[in-house]
Amino acid sequence: MEKFYQIWKKFGKNFEEGGKLAKLSSFYDAFDTFLFTPNTTAKRLGAQIHDGSDSKRTMILVVMALIPAMLFGMFNVGYQHLLATGQIGCCGLTCALFWKAFGFGLLAVLPYIIVAYAVGLGIEFIVAQIKHEEVAEGFLVTGFIIPLIVPINTPLWQVAIAVAFAVIFAKEVFGGTGYNIFNVALITRAFLFFAYPSQMTGDAPFVRVGSTWGWDAGQLVDGYTTATPLTQIGTTTDASLMPIGFWDAVNGLIPGSVGETCIWAIALGAILLIVTGVASWKTMLSIFIGGGLTAWLFNQFGPDTAAANLPWYMHLVMGGFAFGAVFMATDPVTSARTECGKWIYGFLIGLVAVVVRVLNPGYPEGMMLAILLMNAFAPLIDWCVVNANIKKRAKREVKL
Amino acid sequence: MLSQKTKETLFGPLNVNNPVVVQVLGICSALAVTVQLKPALVMGIAVTIIVALSNVIISLLRNTIPMRIRIIVQLVVVAALVTLVSEVLKAFAYDVAMQLSVYIGLIITNCILMGRLEAFAMTNKVWDSLLDGLGNGFGYAIILIIVAFFRELLGSGSLLGFKVIPDSWYAAGYENCGMMMMPAMALILVGCIIWAHRSLNKEEK
Repeated sequence: MEKFYQIWKKFGKNFEEGGKLAKLSSFYDAFDTFLFTPNTTAKRLGAQIHDGSDSKRTMILVVMALIPAMLFGMFNVGYQHLLATGQIGCCGLTCALFWKAFGFGLLAVLPYIIVAYAVGLGIEFIVAQIKHEEVAEGFLVTGFIIPLIVPINTPLWQVAIAVAFAVIFAKEVFGGTGYNIFNVALITRAFLFFAYPSQMTGDAPFVRVGSTWGWDAGQLVDGYTTATPLTQIGTTTDASLMPIGFWDAVNGLIPGSVGETCIWAIALGAILLIVTGVASWKTMLSIFIGGGLTAWLFNQFGPDTAAANLPWYMHLVMGGFAFGAVFMATDPVTSARTECGKWIYGFLIGLVAVVVRVLNPGYPEGMMLAILLMNAFAPLIDWCVVNANIKKRAKREVKL
Repeated sequence: MLSQKTKETLFGPLNVNNPVVVQVLGICSALAVTVQLKPALVMGIAVTIIVALSNVIISLLRNTIPMRIRIIVQLVVVAALVTLVSEVLKAFAYDVAMQLSVYIGLIITNCILMGRLEAFAMTNKVWDSLLDGLGNGFGYAIILIIVAFFRELLGSGSLLGFKVIPDSWYAAGYENCGMMMMPAMALILVGCIIWAHRSLNKEEK
């Protein structure tokens, strides 16, 4: 964080009077407050506060880390729309079509952002009034993640109900921000998944073929499939099916939830989160190890189905695996806190996610269920780690 | 007609001493049979009849039951009544009996029954025991009906099997909430009722 601050201050010189960007100085001030206030620390003498990072600064950093995925997601929503309606033909993507895709996606995704924030913050404000507390920053990230993890055709009123349900029953009844057992954004998605299954599974939900606010209604091209690659694998009878290649999945121009498709965008966010120390690299890495290892074992010894035959590295880049690993599983409130616990927690998330994908024909994607399940186990993991440590130290004491 | 004490015996379990939301008994069947209103109603009536009658019988026998084998005597009485009710339901309301499946038989293990027999019928007179049984049965039934009302309305869009939500709503994009069909949501609804109940009865602590 310190290094960032130096660079930021240097950059700030441009905004001082007479600088190149003096007219934009208010922008600089705004971001300065968002990112680096409060910044009062103790003197550098041993174990004291070295960085005045509070929850507001942490939340803003996560939102910034999510922005690449959000921007790419918006573009991809429009791009999939153009593909499905046959507007991108042989000549590829022109400049005009690029902006049309992005504009379409922006208009499609923006209502979800607005609804998620309006409902979630509304409830937070009301609860804060009732409990006579300050409004906590907790919903800032949740509200940004929700549009990224719901399918683009989910009706807005369903999103509103799901957000209200999640904020009240997954967060406020436990005591508000920082006390929740389960990740609030994932509870939103889980509610949608179980309450309105027809909107969340199958072929239709992930590509918007029809219009957005009456603009650019299209007809589905004959023979074009709007199913996500994982759905195709989950429903096929062809045991060697491989709907997309590795690099297609990494580049992310495929159907899927808004933010989950592009590995590059997620990686950018992951780098920011790891460098600033907001999210734990141990959790992320162990999820990929756990998922990869489990998928590899299925490759070797698993049943002869498409999901089990899918190469292990494909499991890591398809569906919500990477997005969940980077942004959802690392939520500091609901994940394991002990360093050793993070390895166990992450490993089990990867394991369960792949097991659900391969062995449960009803659920082509297992990341959401895996993270929610391990959220419930995180305190137990921590308890075991702490107690093991206590026992170990007690033994050492006796030896002396 | 009713003295203060008998009033309390009869109406207490409906609200301030409700077996489901205050004593948190009989939750299992409350989650299982409340997907639709009709089975919930039948279940409520069945439990009320069985609690009331077994309360009366145990209260009649209370001075002759040896303390060491009282549980087994209570179980025999309850089992006999449950079997009777189950046979009657199968004879006259076969569809509902099939919907309720094992839960009619499982009334034997319903904590409310054993709780009332142990806590009330073993030490009280017949008339009081009857009122207590009726009160607790109604208290249980009321919660079942509230939960089932919301679950059927929001989960299936109907009440007692009749369509309540007009087709025009469905055409406009309304959908039934599948969560309501799951036991998990019933638990959350019971939680909400408990929440509301505690907030309304704060001074009763």
